[in-house]
Amino acid sequence: MAHFTKATSVKDWLNQRLAVEKIEKVMASEYWIPKNINFLWAMGMILAITFALLLVSGIFLLMYYNPDVNLAFDSVNYTIMREVDFGWLWRHVHGVAASVVFLVIYIHMFTGIYYGSYKKGREMIWLSGMLLFVTFSAEAFSGYMLPWGQMSYWAGMVITNIFSLGGLHMDGLVEWIRGDYVPAQAFLTRFFMLHVFLLPLAIMGLIGLHFAALRIPHVNNQDGEEIDFDAEAKKYLDGDKAGSKVMRFANDFMSKDMMVVGIYLIFFFYLVFYNYGFAMDPVNFDPANGLKTPTHIYPEWYFLWSYEILRPFSINIGLMAFGFAQVIFMLLPWLDRSPNAVPASRRGKFKIWFWLLLVDMIVLTAMGKLPPQGIFSTIGLVAALGFIALWIALPFITMNEKKV
Amino acid sequence: MKNKEPLILVVVVAFTLLTYWLVEPFAHSQMHKHVESEHFAYADLAKLTKDGDVANGKVLVTGAAACAGCHSITKEGIAANVDAVTAAATYGVNPPDLSNAGVLFEARFLADLIKNPAHALKVEHKFDAAKGQMHPMVAFYGAGGDIDQEIADIVAYLQSIAVTKEELTPKMAFENACGRCHSMSYENWTQIGEKPKFKHKKDSLAFDIKVLEYQDSIVKYMGKLPPDLSMYYRSRSEHFLSTFIENPQSQLEGTAMPRVGVTAEVAEKIIEHMADAGDTKRAERASVGANVMIYIIFFAIFAFLWKRSVWRDLH
Repeated sequence: MAHFTKATSVKDWLNQRLAVEKIEKVMASEYWIPKNINFLWAMGMILAITFALLLVSGIFLLMYYNPDVNLAFDSVNYTIMREVDFGWLWRHVHGVAASVVFLVIYIHMFTGIYYGSYKKGREMIWLSGMLLFVTFSAEAFSGYMLPWGQMSYWAGMVITNIFSLGGLHMDGLVEWIRGDYVPAQAFLTRFFMLHVFLLPLAIMGLIGLHFAALRIPHVNNQDGEEIDFDAEAKKYLDGDKAGSKVMRFANDFMSKDMMVVGIYLIFFFYLVFYNYGFAMDPVNFDPANGLKTPTHIYPEWYFLWSYEILRPFSINIGLMAFGFAQVIFMLLPWLDRSPNAVPASRRGKFKIWFWLLLVDMIVLTAMGKLPPQGIFSTIGLVAALGFIALWIALPFITMNEKKV
Repeated sequence: MKNKEPLILVVVVAFTLLTYWLVEPFAHSQMHKHVESEHFAYADLAKLTKDGDVANGKVLVTGAAACAGCHSITKEGIAANVDAVTAAATYGVNPPDLSNAGVLFEARFLADLIKNPAHALKVEHKFDAAKGQMHPMVAFYGAGGDIDQEIADIVAYLQSIAVTKEELTPKMAFENACGRCHSMSYENWTQIGEKPKFKHKKDSLAFDIKVLEYQDSIVKYMGKLPPDLSMYYRSRSEHFLSTFIENPQSQLEGTAMPRVGVTAEVAEKIIEHMADAGDTKRAERASVGANVMIYIIFFAIFAFLWKRSVWRDLH
């Protein structure tokens, strides 16, 4: 057993038992961050803050929400929106944060791709991040079921149908997932469980893994520079704060994080109070009705690109393309054959590939929402084929990249 | 090294706005048919050319025109002959009380309605007299004199007994113009009126049964139960609601819902009442929103100052 002495202060008491000083150093004051990074590196903190907003608002909503097909719609739209003090505020915060979190995730992902932050020891950061994307997607989908509106019901119908896997006709699997032939009480209760318990638990675990994966390879920087963190940290601690290439996470980088968070929250609360419509689809304010299919069924904007990869093909090919789109991002660290971990701007063909991918995914997103008719179908088909072609081309265009 | 952050910010914002524009304003403009408002002019109906005589109107309404045979006019002490449930079983829907018809409906609409109900209501696809499909409201064929003068008299009389525009509340507008077909459960409104508080469950259930019986009649009459309008303010845009009230056929061709014929001001009041049901906290949202924005802007300023003081030593 360790040797304990009479504590001289509360801090000393805690220190002997929990090593709080050591933890503070490891997690904050001697967690070294390169100086040559820009505000895109604050997206992690923005995601953490947004997740906290989702968690807190979700806890308040959970106190009044009722996962019963006969009560769910009214518990949200009557009890929470009208009866509970500030219930409307929590709901709008929750709905807007659920949408905006994906915007920030996409910015975070494309930042990683642009700066090559999945290479040279950072593969686990990328993989854990992609797993977070998948669990966040499941979390968003399961949450969308809960108000039990028309879009909840019909999106639930369409998405669970995917599991019949087209020509394989695995209808039994679909019934097993739904717990019924159609989305009904069993379906709502299990998605409620997933949304408020299992998936948040998985997300919190994965966030821990994501942070841990960052520890050994350190944060990347905007110049692709290899930094000797030990030597630079020593320089900083010896007093040459200006000359060192690194800084403390807290308070040095955290002060910048907070500045970006401040600007982000202005944008976020503007949406919550003045422009929330994009995150709360009007169709979902009609109660679920299994006998009345809405004219247009579309997912939330952040799923549109993968929806559009599914949609322009015949069912079996569409499902294969959809499956491809779901897993291909995971393989990025191995599909990119280049030895360079530098910004895309210095990587020749990869630079073109990056911007093409970004534009292609925006086109897919737009076409995923528009009705699949006429020119929109054609553009959607071309963009879906383009997406697949870009990923197949990636190993070939990066294979012969010169070392910079 | 050159600071790239402004350029990066421009790129991020530009792609975000482009995506937003594509999936919201643009996509919705492609998905939904745009219907122009006609500003409740009812230009397809003839204008009233004659000046009405209130006294003669009263004589006609209570006499030769036989309005009071089906309609109550509570303001004038004319009660309904039967209760709402029985009336609906006979006519399909409970005929409206005429006390405030003069302020709710546009004069030329009222005039056309009296003369040819299916035409004014735009339900001729359902009620074609030639095929023996009679509208439950019997048309007024005249009391022997100049029919246009007589109709002008009736309209003048109805206008004279109605409350003023200012006295007409959003709730009254909704209940009179919409509430005999549509319920609004969040405002405790049923098609046969506001549900009272009952002391005994038995009485409450008896009321519910009456509502169900009434609804059965409307389903027979309309083809389906008209939707509960509690959340329609959130599920439809204001423009949609306004143009739909003006002419349901323009948005949903062949619908059984009749043209309501309300004036532009009454339509606004109806929509206000729908907002009172579906978006009750809009005033609170505006005031809390302003305070939160002020707080967050201060937060951002302090965060910026903190960053600047910390980073002074780092460069």
